[in-house]
Amino acid sequence: MNETKVRQLKNGRKLRFTNEDLWGYIFIAAAMIIFCVFTLYPVFNAIYTSFLEYKPFGSEFVGLQNYVDTLKYSKFNLFYKAALNTLVYTAVVVPLSLLISFTVAVMILPFSKKTQSVFKAVYYLPGVASGVALSVVWLWLYDSSPDGLFNQLLGFFGIPAQNWLSSTKTAMLSLMIMALLSSHGTQIITYIAALLGIDNSYFEAAELDGATFFQKVRFIVWPLVKPTTLFLMVTGVIGSFQVFMNAYMMTGGGPDNATTMIGLLIYNNAFEYGKYGLACAQAILLTIVIAIMSLFQFRLMGVDVEY
Amino acid sequence: MATTGLYSQHLNNRKVLYLRNAVIALVLILFAAATLFPIVYMILSAFGPNVSTAGNMRTIFPSRWTLESFQAFFDFSPHSLRWIWNSFVVAAGTVVGNVLFASMAGYAFAKIRFKGSSTLFGVILVAMMIPYQVTQVPLYILMVQKFSMTNTYAAMILPSLCTAYNIFLCKQFFAGLPTPLIESAKIEGCNQFQIFVKIVLPLGKTVLAVMAINTFMSSWNNFFWPFLVTNDPAMYTIQVGLKQFKFANETLFAPMMAGATISALPMFIMFFSLQKYFMEGVTIGAVKG
Repeated sequence: MNETKVRQLKNGRKLRFTNEDLWGYIFIAAAMIIFCVFTLYPVFNAIYTSFLEYKPFGSEFVGLQNYVDTLKYSKFNLFYKAALNTLVYTAVVVPLSLLISFTVAVMILPFSKKTQSVFKAVYYLPGVASGVALSVVWLWLYDSSPDGLFNQLLGFFGIPAQNWLSSTKTAMLSLMIMALLSSHGTQIITYIAALLGIDNSYFEAAELDGATFFQKVRFIVWPLVKPTTLFLMVTGVIGSFQVFMNAYMMTGGGPDNATTMIGLLIYNNAFEYGKYGLACAQAILLTIVIAIMSLFQFRLMGVDVEY
Repeated sequence: MATTGLYSQHLNNRKVLYLRNAVIALVLILFAAATLFPIVYMILSAFGPNVSTAGNMRTIFPSRWTLESFQAFFDFSPHSLRWIWNSFVVAAGTVVGNVLFASMAGYAFAKIRFKGSSTLFGVILVAMMIPYQVTQVPLYILMVQKFSMTNTYAAMILPSLCTAYNIFLCKQFFAGLPTPLIESAKIEGCNQFQIFVKIVLPLGKTVLAVMAINTFMSSWNNFFWPFLVTNDPAMYTIQVGLKQFKFANETLFAPMMAGATISALPMFIMFFSLQKYFMEGVTIGAVKG
């Protein structure tokens, strides 16, 4: 297409805009201006800034130094630690929350439409409250004194009180538990929509062959909702790689950086230490990693998605 | 009940059916209770005595019922009410911008054939995948240092005035409208603007409502960006304001929960009155995602 345009221009013919073209441009004008100023420009500016040592008056061009600093391995380089933490967090939370959502969605199915929508609403509800407030509730639940509600619960089973968020052993685990017990509403609703789309004849055929309930789930339902699983997994991983709020509010990345994740690291570099260039370089590396991970998941799952 | 084919109907033994459903319901209710617990606890604590995190007995139900924590929330800062107002202004501004601009752009990308349409839409799709960490630093420099917009509504609204995701959402929905309808309106002598106002917008009520609700909710609950661009307590949004109740070693727990309950109230009211659109929003976004 580009070739023909160039050829047209060479021939001295002007690019003619039809009436339809002009209407199109009028309709997208406002959106595109906003998009260019507040998305496109910042993206290119971030790439540019990643080659700078940023100073408010006269930044210094340092080439790839920010990338080298990020990737150079040393004991004090938090990038690898943060990357590992993010990876561990993602590897535990995303698959488990998908499994929970899938199980709940399957369990909601035998009920009437009305009961189904009540359950959907109840599972969606926790998602409408704000993260700031909920994270403080969780701080309180995880209180390390024996009075803390989680410790009271452990005490009930005769397990000694834990330090939850302030011990390197349990801090990450605590954040994971919190994520798993937060709202799965959108995932559950998406799964239910996919499950309701499965044709009944599959089950009738399986019934004739004497398939058990679990065989039906394993060999009919799970393969047929695979595109949904893929979609939820990709969006889940993308979201999890950017996780910031919980670590920021609950642990501040501690203890001993056990819960420092990439999102928090970038925030700290930018807005605590004012190293804008380094933060931009790390954000761009994060983008590349997310892109690769998404492609990888499509490859891994996509092979047998289309029957 | 289309998919109940997955489950046996136990036609010969209704008792088994009822027992099975009762067990399933019990498990579902227990899990729901676990995920709802933090919110319930937040509301219960708000109606309890004015306590902080420093050495108090933790119980689920407050030791006595009182409104003193709400009083403490409003006494904490002279701007407490203003924070809620600020959140309303920012969320409303963001919603209006998105409903207006994203729906126009979404319609154009779906139904108007103009040069460069697919390239431009491709750019928007790619932009959707970029994590916010990339744009946050340049945006911060732009708004705070270049435009000197600290502590303004504009600084909080402008960056999300028309998001790539909402353009995508509208395009997906409008693409499903019948093209012959639009073509015949054109033959009748309508111009694109008339078609948009008289045909497309009325047919697109669902997506507009979904978009308005989701945008309002994410703006209302957004902490990060308002936190970056405000430092005057009078310009805080409610989420940034709530953070002020948490200090390094202590949190004014009950007043904060009172504030959190107040801030969650509009969301709950919206959720219960417009539930259908919340649910719709999930599936509209996911289809063909």
